Amino acid sequence: MTNPQPILELADVHTYYGNIHALKGISCTIQQGEIACLIGANGAGKSTTLMTIFGVAQASRGEIRFKGDPIQHLRPEQVAARGVSQAPEGRQIFPRMSTMENLEMGAFLRKDKVEVANDLERVFKLFPVLKDRMHQLGGTLSGGEQQMLAIGRALMSRPQLLLLDEPSLGLAPKLVERIFETVLEINKSGVTIFLVEQNAHMALTISSTGFVMETGRIVLTDKASALLENEQVKKAYLGE
Amino acid sequence: MVRQELKKIVVYTFFLAILFIPMLGFKTPSFQPGRVFKTLGVFVAILIFNFIVKLIRSRRKAGEVQKTPLTERAGAWINQFPKIYTLGGLVVLAVVFPLVADNYMIDVGITCLIYVCLGLGLNIVVGLCGLLDLGYIAFYAVGAYSYSLLNLTFGVSFWAALPIGIVLGMIVGCIIGYPTLKMRGDYLAIVTMGFGEIVRLVLNNWDSLTAGPNGLFGMQRPGLYYPSFEESGFTWATYYLKSLPALYYFIFFIAIVVIIAVRRLDNSRIGRAWIAIREDEVAAELSGVPTTWIKLLAYALGAAFASVAGAFFAAKLSYTNPNFFLFMESCIVLSIVVLGGIGSIPGIIMAAIALIAAPEIFRQLEAYRMLAFGAIMTTMMILKPEGLIPASRRRHELHEADEKKPTE
Repeated sequence: MTNPQPILELADVHTYYGNIHALKGISCTIQQGEIACLIGANGAGKSTTLMTIFGVAQASRGEIRFKGDPIQHLRPEQVAARGVSQAPEGRQIFPRMSTMENLEMGAFLRKDKVEVANDLERVFKLFPVLKDRMHQLGGTLSGGEQQMLAIGRALMSRPQLLLLDEPSLGLAPKLVERIFETVLEINKSGVTIFLVEQNAHMALTISSTGFVMETGRIVLTDKASALLENEQVKKAYLGE
Repeated sequence: MVRQELKKIVVYTFFLAILFIPMLGFKTPSFQPGRVFKTLGVFVAILIFNFIVKLIRSRRKAGEVQKTPLTERAGAWINQFPKIYTLGGLVVLAVVFPLVADNYMIDVGITCLIYVCLGLGLNIVVGLCGLLDLGYIAFYAVGAYSYSLLNLTFGVSFWAALPIGIVLGMIVGCIIGYPTLKMRGDYLAIVTMGFGEIVRLVLNNWDSLTAGPNGLFGMQRPGLYYPSFEESGFTWATYYLKSLPALYYFIFFIAIVVIIAVRRLDNSRIGRAWIAIREDEVAAELSGVPTTWIKLLAYALGAAFASVAGAFFAAKLSYTNPNFFLFMESCIVLSIVVLGGIGSIPGIIMAAIALIAAPEIFRQLEAYRMLAFGAIMTTMMILKPEGLIPASRRRHELHEADEKKPTE
């Protein structure tokens, strides 16, 4: 990446949930090909940020640009069609659909069957366990498998930008490591990743840029390596 | 376990007994406890039979592998024949039925088939898309009234009125669908229920258009056209389907078309999107499903099927009035969907036949038919809450899931 291009830019984005002012002017830039992470406490507005990017929650003010084009007024399916994909928090897979059907749902917008089959193979290569569970209902998978399925499903749309919401939530440390390794692998294949995490240490270790969020605002933006050394961050999020 | 099951029987029997209290008759001349005991006896016998079956099965469980449930074994037994034979057999049975049955039975058969269409239509909305619609019968009314009015006012034939009725039904479906897009569960149920009542009340009170509670009558029956060669030359003659067997075959044909259509929808991309919305709406949105359109489509298509059934209903009776479209009817259609097994086409067909035929069988009980109906529903839900024939796709998957349990 000699000359990185911003793939996603947020400029002063405000979002309301009814009367609750969830995002109070978020601005951040994510470069093409990097892993960026957004860390912060519960309820800081991390998931809301992702939902706002995707158009599930509507931004009331501000601008969101994907590869230079404003996308804040698009509906979720239009955002998805542009090459953004999201693995939601809490692994919202389809519980009564089989693993295979879940993955096929990820490719809902695509019509190129041959390429979809190739991508399916790619996902199975990343997560071999999913192949073994192919015909099993999503709801009967273990927590780790469900997380893999959620990421796999998000990859099935062949995204340029992958939004990951708390992939480590509720997983055993060993599995968390495994998930983060996979995230790195996905990133190496050319997918830009925007990671939202509470597991700040892990997230900052694999990311190049980090944002720290507090009650609806981004309070710190820096290189991830610098944030790992930052006294404030260390104290609040790294438990040192 | 035995004690638990016995307790269940006692509790359920008590519950059913309370349900049957009105049958006692409170005035002296009509006081007939025997009637209650007879009816109650039937249901208690069913419960006890179920208990014995469970007992036998639990005894076996200790030693050998538990056997698959009876319905699945029956299903497997049926599946060993080529599918075409089973289907063909059922079709032949349905075709032969009017030849051996009397007019009354044929009439019941026609009603069953109408409800098959309604059940399958509602299955799209409730079973596939997961939107609880308690006002579904409104679309049935739209179909019936659009044919009636078109035929009486403009003399439009059944075939020409059918597509218009379908389009009208779809429009009304979208009208109710649009404001409820953001609603879920209880709220949606309340709004759709209110909507169903609004349609009925409008039909009841718009005297100048719908003739109010008197209803509309004198519509033509569905006609078939055939070429006739007369002295004056070639013309098209119309054969109106007036006899019950003719109407039966006609609705049978419609039902088959509906079954094929729903089957195809079920396996299509849209069907998949519906199921995804039912399973998890946000996840469906994130997968790029245009949830707004897909939900509206579910309402519209569900309404279209109801509209077809309604148009046929009005044409068959040559009469329609707002009291055919009471809230009760919506409940019956919903019961058919739930009882048959949500999302299962054969289940819904079975349930439609069972639920429509059952009140007819209990006709001797006169005013207490609905009680018996309620008792059947209660017993069914106790014994087989997943429905008569659970959707095969699901069962298949669940079965495979049993074989490979997650090891983690």
